[in-house]
Amino acid sequence: MIEATGLTKHYGRTVAVDDLSFTVRPGRVTGFLGPNGAGKSTTMRMVLGLDRPTAGRVLVNGKRYAELDQPLRTVGALLDAKWVHPNRSARAHLRWLAKSNRIPVRRVDEVLEMVGLSQVAHRRAGGFSLGMAQRLGIAGALLGDPEVLLFDEPVNGLDPEGILWIRQFMHRLAEQGRTVFVSSHLLSEMAQTAQELIVIGRGKLIAQTSTEQFIRDATEDTVRVRSPQLDQLRALLGGARVEDSPADGALVVRGVEAARIGELAAANGIVLHELNPQRGSLEEAFMQLTKESVEYQAHD
Amino acid sequence: MTLLAVERIKLFSTRSPWWCMLLALGLTVGITAIIAGNWNEGPMPVLGAVFAHTFGLYVVMVMAALAVTTEYRFGTIKATFQAVPDRISPMVAKAAVVTALAALVGLAAGFGSWGLSWLLAGDTSQLALESANDWRHVAGVGLVYGAGALLALGVGALVRQTAGAVSIILVFALVLESVVGLIPNIGDDIQKWMPFTVASKFIMGDPDQGGMPADAGPPTVGALSPWGSFGYFVAIAVAMFVISLVVVKRRDA
Repeated sequence: MIEATGLTKHYGRTVAVDDLSFTVRPGRVTGFLGPNGAGKSTTMRMVLGLDRPTAGRVLVNGKRYAELDQPLRTVGALLDAKWVHPNRSARAHLRWLAKSNRIPVRRVDEVLEMVGLSQVAHRRAGGFSLGMAQRLGIAGALLGDPEVLLFDEPVNGLDPEGILWIRQFMHRLAEQGRTVFVSSHLLSEMAQTAQELIVIGRGKLIAQTSTEQFIRDATEDTVRVRSPQLDQLRALLGGARVEDSPADGALVVRGVEAARIGELAAANGIVLHELNPQRGSLEEAFMQLTKESVEYQAHD
Repeated sequence: MTLLAVERIKLFSTRSPWWCMLLALGLTVGITAIIAGNWNEGPMPVLGAVFAHTFGLYVVMVMAALAVTTEYRFGTIKATFQAVPDRISPMVAKAAVVTALAALVGLAAGFGSWGLSWLLAGDTSQLALESANDWRHVAGVGLVYGAGALLALGVGALVRQTAGAVSIILVFALVLESVVGLIPNIGDDIQKWMPFTVASKFIMGDPDQGGMPADAGPPTVGALSPWGSFGYFVAIAVAMFVISLVVVKRRDA
C-alpha cells in the first residue's frame, strides 16, 4: 500500500509534482500514467526517500520510507536499470545489496534464477543488453521478497518478447497479493498491464480509476454509416451527433449504437452500404486528456 | 558491521581500487628505490626513505575520491540510499573501509620504502628505527594516507564528479599550496597552515640529528609540533567529511 497526500516537489522555480494525492492498493497492478516530464519519476523517487518532498508526504505500508527497517524487505524498486557499476558482476551487485539488508546470499542466486540471469551472473553488468540490465534491475527489486514493488518505465526500449515477459511477471506479482506500481507514458501498454490507473499531467492528478473505467470514459464509440439515402437517415437520427466524413462520403455517428441505426434504417426502408462500429483510439483519448498538461510540446 | 562488509564488497568488486593501491605503492617505493640507489652523501637517514611518500598519498586520495564519485557516476549511490535510507551510516562505513585501506597502503609504502632503502643504500648506518621520531617518519605514512583518504572522500561526496574531485585535490595539493607561498608578506604565513604542508611536517619534521645533511630534502614548515601537525590535518579531514555528511543527508540523492 502506497499513500501519497499533498505530495509536492519544486526544483527551483519548476514545479515537478503539484499537490498529488493517490493510493496504490495491494493485489493488483496499478499503472502510473502521464506524458514525459509529468513528474512520474520524481514521484517515485519521493516514495523511495531519494528526493525530499517540498510539501506533503508519502507513506509505504503506513510508514515514511526512511522509517522502514531494512527497507529492501518491504519495497523493491527498479527506477533505472543503469544504476549498476559497469565493471561489477551481476552477482556482486546483488550481493552487496543483499548484504545491506541482511538478506541471505542464497536469495541472490534465487532471484538471478527467477529472472533468467544465472548463466551470466559472473559477467560484468556493463556488457549487458538493455533487456538483461532490466532483468538485473528486477532481480534487485525482488531481492528482499518485498510486498511493494515500483517499476519506472520498465518496458522502455525492450523487444516485444521482453515486454511480454515483464507484463506477465508483474501480473504474477500482483496475484501474489503484492502492491505493484508501474509507470509508463504509453496508455496502450498500461491498458494491457494495469488494472488500476493513476493518471498525472504536469505533476497534477488527472484521474485515479480502474483501467476499464478510464478507457470507457476516455474513448467514445462511433459508427460509420454509408448509404445512398444518407440525407433521409440523417433526418431520422435527429438529435444524435452526426458528422460527415468528407473523404468517402460516410457518416460518422456518435452516441447511437450500431444496432439501433440498423433497426432504424430497416424500419424506414433505407439501404445501408456500410454499418461499422468503431472503438475510439486509446492513444487519442489519452492525448486529448493530457493535451493541456504536456510539458514539452512540439509546435508544427 | 554489515555495512562495513557492504562497502568492502563494493570496493573490491571493481578494479580501480586495486590499480590505485598498486600504483600508490609502486610509485612511492619505486621513487624511494631511485633515491636510495643514488644516495652518496654519507649514510642514508630514515627521512630519506620517506621523501617520496607524497606521490602515493595523491594516488590514495584519488582512490578514496573515486570510491564515492563512481557511486554518483553510475547511480549506485541511489541504490545504496534505497537500501539504507539514513544515508549517514553507509557513508561512515565507506569512510571506515576506505580510510583503513589507505592506512594499510601507507604502512606498506612506508615500511616498503624503508626496507628497500636497506637493500639499496650504500651506507645504512643511520637507517635503523631507533627513536620515536624514526618510527613516526616511517609508520606515520600510514596515518597520513588514512587521513588524506578521509579528506578526499569528503571532497568526492561534496563534488560528486570524478573529474571535479580529482582536479580539486591535485590542484590544491600540488599547485595551490606552493603558489600561495609566493603571495607577498602574508604568503608564508598562509602556507604554514595549508593542510598538505602541515601533513608533510608530521612525516618529515623534527628529525633526529646525525647522518642528516643540513639541508637535504624538502624543508618542513609550520608552527605546530609534528604530532600537532597530524592533529591539524586530521581535524581538517574530519571537518570536510562531516560537512559532506550534512550535505549528503539534505540533498536529493
